[in-house]
Amino acid sequence: MSSTDIAINQTDMHHGHEEHDHHHDLNFFEKYIFSLDHKVIAKQYLFMGIIWAFIGGFLSVLFRLQLGWPEATFTFLEPILGGWVQNGKIDPEFYLAMVTMHGTIMVFFVLTAGLSGTFSNFLIPLQIGARDMASGFMNMLSFWIFFLASIIMFTSLFIETGPAGGGWTIYPPLSALPQAIQGSGTGMTLWLISMALFIISQLLGGVNYITTVINLRTKGMSMTKLPLTIWAFTLTAILGLLSFPVLLSAALLLIFDRSFGTSFFLSDIYIAGQALSNTGGSPILFQHLFWFLGHPEVYIVILPTFGIVSEVIATNSRKPIFGYRAMIGSMLGIAVLSFVVWAHHMFVTGMNPFLGSVFMFLTLIIAVPSAVKVFNWLATLWRGNIRFTSAMMFAIGFVSLFISGGLTGIILGNSALDIQLHDTYFVVAHFHLVMGAAAFFGMFCGIYHWFPKMFGRMMDEKLGFVHFWLTFIAVYLVFMPMHYVGIAGFPRRYYNWTGFETFNMFTDLNTFISISAIIGFTAQFIFLFNFIYSMFKGRRATLNPWHSNTLEWTTPVNPGHGNWPGEIPAVYRWPYDYSKPGAAEDFIPQNVPFSETQSSNLPQERVLE
Amino acid sequence: MITIAIGLSILLLFVVLFLLFRIGTLASIFRGSSQKAVGTTKTSNKVNSMLLLLFLIIGGIAFIWSFSASWDEMNQPVASVHGEWTDELFWTTMIIIGIVFVITQVLLFWYSYKYQHKDDKRAYYYPHNNKVELIWTMIPAVVMAILVFAGWKTWTNITSAAPADAVVVEVMGKQFNWMVRYPGADGKLGITKTSLIDATNEFGIDFSDPNAQDDIVNPLELHIPKGKPVLFKIRSRDVIHSVFLPHFRQKMDAVPGMPTKFWFVPTKTTSEMQNETGNAEFKYELACTEICGRGHFAMRYVVVVDEPEDYEAWLAGQKAFASQNPDVVAKFKTTAADQPATRLDAAAEEEKTEL
Repeated sequence: MSSTDIAINQTDMHHGHEEHDHHHDLNFFEKYIFSLDHKVIAKQYLFMGIIWAFIGGFLSVLFRLQLGWPEATFTFLEPILGGWVQNGKIDPEFYLAMVTMHGTIMVFFVLTAGLSGTFSNFLIPLQIGARDMASGFMNMLSFWIFFLASIIMFTSLFIETGPAGGGWTIYPPLSALPQAIQGSGTGMTLWLISMALFIISQLLGGVNYITTVINLRTKGMSMTKLPLTIWAFTLTAILGLLSFPVLLSAALLLIFDRSFGTSFFLSDIYIAGQALSNTGGSPILFQHLFWFLGHPEVYIVILPTFGIVSEVIATNSRKPIFGYRAMIGSMLGIAVLSFVVWAHHMFVTGMNPFLGSVFMFLTLIIAVPSAVKVFNWLATLWRGNIRFTSAMMFAIGFVSLFISGGLTGIILGNSALDIQLHDTYFVVAHFHLVMGAAAFFGMFCGIYHWFPKMFGRMMDEKLGFVHFWLTFIAVYLVFMPMHYVGIAGFPRRYYNWTGFETFNMFTDLNTFISISAIIGFTAQFIFLFNFIYSMFKGRRATLNPWHSNTLEWTTPVNPGHGNWPGEIPAVYRWPYDYSKPGAAEDFIPQNVPFSETQSSNLPQERVLE
Repeated sequence: MITIAIGLSILLLFVVLFLLFRIGTLASIFRGSSQKAVGTTKTSNKVNSMLLLLFLIIGGIAFIWSFSASWDEMNQPVASVHGEWTDELFWTTMIIIGIVFVITQVLLFWYSYKYQHKDDKRAYYYPHNNKVELIWTMIPAVVMAILVFAGWKTWTNITSAAPADAVVVEVMGKQFNWMVRYPGADGKLGITKTSLIDATNEFGIDFSDPNAQDDIVNPLELHIPKGKPVLFKIRSRDVIHSVFLPHFRQKMDAVPGMPTKFWFVPTKTTSEMQNETGNAEFKYELACTEICGRGHFAMRYVVVVDEPEDYEAWLAGQKAFASQNPDVVAKFKTTAADQPATRLDAAAEEEKTEL
């Protein structure tokens, strides 16, 4: 019902517009700041995501400096870091704070909000053929609450006791006791407030995405005609909706423990010369609650990129995605399984070993749908006619990184092997490849591909290639050698390793990793330049620059609020009719009826003519 | 002055780069390549697909070279029975995933190169093939089943109950060092309470417990005998730490309020290891692997593996905490009235440890 209402209103508005009646024109604030248009909100998310990504990346450069040159003095950092650098030495607690903030920013603010927020918002209405999200107001609210969360998190970087420093997983008691680490004072309070707001923002967004996909699909757009992007975004939203509240509960209980004297996570503690009265709490309980979100969270990060990459690979290989239904099935499988594998992060926390066996079994099952996805992408490339656009390069890079990082998950998911590798650099290398770098590649892939739809102009392809190659090489140079360091057992979150004879090697390798990381970070400025320059001066985009089948390319180059000036196109076919034998062009958009393509219709499609 | 010079040259560099970019754009307009659909221009397709192939070959060589060059360093010598099992399982799994890694990466880059865009070519319309999909779902499923089974067997062996005759050592983490307690001649650790902790009695041992009287506290190094099962009873008194013994392939979190444990059999004494590694200074080390604050990276404790008889001799040379600190014990004598309550606690504590 609501869909019809919106459609009628929007059509009315456009009729008005055509008659040069400007009563409905929005002022600057309504149009660009507190906009209800999903496309503007998507761009707002994208800009915030890019800003956060540069902050998060810059933090990683800072701590890589420390790890690459542990004996050096960094007096040149004093102007930036102030009191956190004493006599050229970075404060160890600030080092931990940087590691913590790097993780928090990248996982939540960039790869959750920046990625889902951008592409779910932008693509869901455009690809399913809707005027806007089910609730434009909730959508706007979602962004502005995220913005508020961002402001609070950003502020925490500048307070005297420093931001949260207990790792992005904020395990209590470390995160609960300001006596244990400075960052657990005001910094942690701000972290918790910011994350609580962040979760609210995610829930508002998620409800909207799911509702929109279920209710507002255009005529003919059945679930099995949806592009894989939409399947991916929907499943992501469902995961978020089911798991984020659990993190909120963990955060609330932690707030109680910190401020109101409860003992959910605290027991038998003697710290700073004083025995605390807390008793009966369990720190392991927090870990269960955290990872019940935390593990679906990595799929919240990677699922949208599955969709984006599938779409881009199919379009640019000029081939249907291989095994469309298997792709949906594997995403469903991953989504369901992602809720029952959380404790593989906890094999050596003292959890009952029997539970460890169960979670090892469930974890290794998840490798099967992931493998199917990789094989299907490879099969899509096979005998294609591949166009190397910048987006396609990043899609290929994504698959490569996903394989490299995903395979080591088979090792880490094995509880017997995790004993040695848990919390070493092997884990760091694994998840940075499979959900860090890969998700970033998926995000770049999406930005390059849908930039023309967002801004009506093309990004520069050559700069895109330079950006791709520098980033791709740098990522491998950073994270491949990190496995060697991890196999040797180097623990994570160490300020330096020189105090141990066991870890008194690989100093050159660590310097090498740091140099590669700095090169990789620098290369991102090429992207930034390309992005901003192309927004204003890029080549003007055509209606369908990639010769793609999905509905967003049937809108005007710069779609207004309401997306289609006239009626919303109806959908007749799945989105992957590329290079269909007998067709005139090598693509048939979804809105072309079978009656117009009699030469290329398959036998079972004849009845639809 | 130098700063200005550096700033100027960086600025100049940017200007040059920007000009190059503009010239490139204009040239492509002049050549007319900007009129073609993106991704169908000959040169950029050729260059990119060639680079992908080169990346595969050069990257592959660099990987193999760096991997073999780091081989000796990344393989820490192993000194426990179960460590040999997990090392073997690790490298077996590495070979399996290595095979998959090579096949998939080669296909990815080779297909990208081989099927690059050609104007006169058309892609092959091939939406699905149920048989193929079934096969490549089954193969990983079977391989995973085998790996799960191997991992499960190893894991159950490692985490099985410790033998009754195991040497018991308590390891306690605190910010920012490790503390160690041996049960003494009676083989039983005395009970502890957080409320009893002070600067001398850092474990919070309750000396009204008879089992506590001979407890040996905080020796300079952690000694364990070779070839005998050793049971670590692990706990923490402030935040979470994690006991990591890289050479014994052993790791277990130290959690406040929840005692944990891990048992293993060391196979090489420290001096045997010194011979094996050719490093006369070799020492087994204990490190923390759960972020615990400012000093997380510096929680080092030296572990010494002795021949069993040397171990016994070392242990006999250690003095009980109670005999070294009679004034601490004296306090408990005066509060003997607490005795019944403490007994009850002791039973509870014992039960907790067993879980």
